[in-house]
Amino acid sequence: MDVPISYYVVLSGLVFSIGLIGVLIRRNIIIILLSVELMLNATNINFVAFSSYLGNLSGQVFVFFALTVAAAEVAVGLAIIIALYRHSSSINIDDFRLLKW
Amino acid sequence: METFVFFYFASIIVLTAGFVVALKNPIYSALALLVMFFHVAGLFVTLHAEFLAIIQILVYAGAILVLYLFVVMLLNLKREEHFHGQFIVGLFLGCVLFAEAVLLVLKGETTLGGNLPDSAAPMELTQGNTESIGELLYSTYLFPFEVASLILLVAMVGAVILTKKGILEVKG
Repeated sequence: MDVPISYYVVLSGLVFSIGLIGVLIRRNIIIILLSVELMLNATNINFVAFSSYLGNLSGQVFVFFALTVAAAEVAVGLAIIIALYRHSSSINIDDFRLLKW
Repeated sequence: METFVFFYFASIIVLTAGFVVALKNPIYSALALLVMFFHVAGLFVTLHAEFLAIIQILVYAGAILVLYLFVVMLLNLKREEHFHGQFIVGLFLGCVLFAEAVLLVLKGETTLGGNLPDSAAPMELTQGNTESIGELLYSTYLFPFEVASLILLVAMVGAVILTKKGILEVKG
């Protein structure tokens, strides 16, 4: 394996930055959740790369846990989106500035 | 050869990640994310994490993304508005964060990179990747494993309560 580990770190940083930009500039809540998935995947790439280069399997176990949390986040997040859409028939983030209604 | 494979996977991952953020139609974004998940799984295979590659495809592409597509089609959105007003600020902040990461990697070459092996340490191949992860999961990480199951249970109950009509209204 002749790819230096810094390549993986830079790739992960790039994907994480794209996810962050997506969270900041999009208005659609679904796209914002997809961008959060991008950021989680970027950290997973980092975990697996370091786990492989250090010869330690704990990093892969942590990716497994990150996957579990991502699944839980998607279930609750999409449920919230559906509840919001039912309430005001919009999923534009600018329509939800009040904590109460 | 490995460098070529890495650059193929990396370029497709970055390209499709850009599509996820840039495309207007949420369905296209979700499909771009699907392609990205498959390429991340390929990257995992080249890093000798075969179990995680399969899990990535099964859980992310098979379950999570189908859930996204289901919700996108259920909500039946009209045309989406364009980017947020804080477009410039968001782009700037993201670029700053990426530059910071690159700077840290470049600076870390002398300190952190000195300790890291240049090539992957040969994994003990007395048993497969899946068996090793399973043993670790059921011995060292047994308690986090149980907590993860609890998180999934709470998420399931929460999702049902949030989406079921009438429960929240009666209490409120």
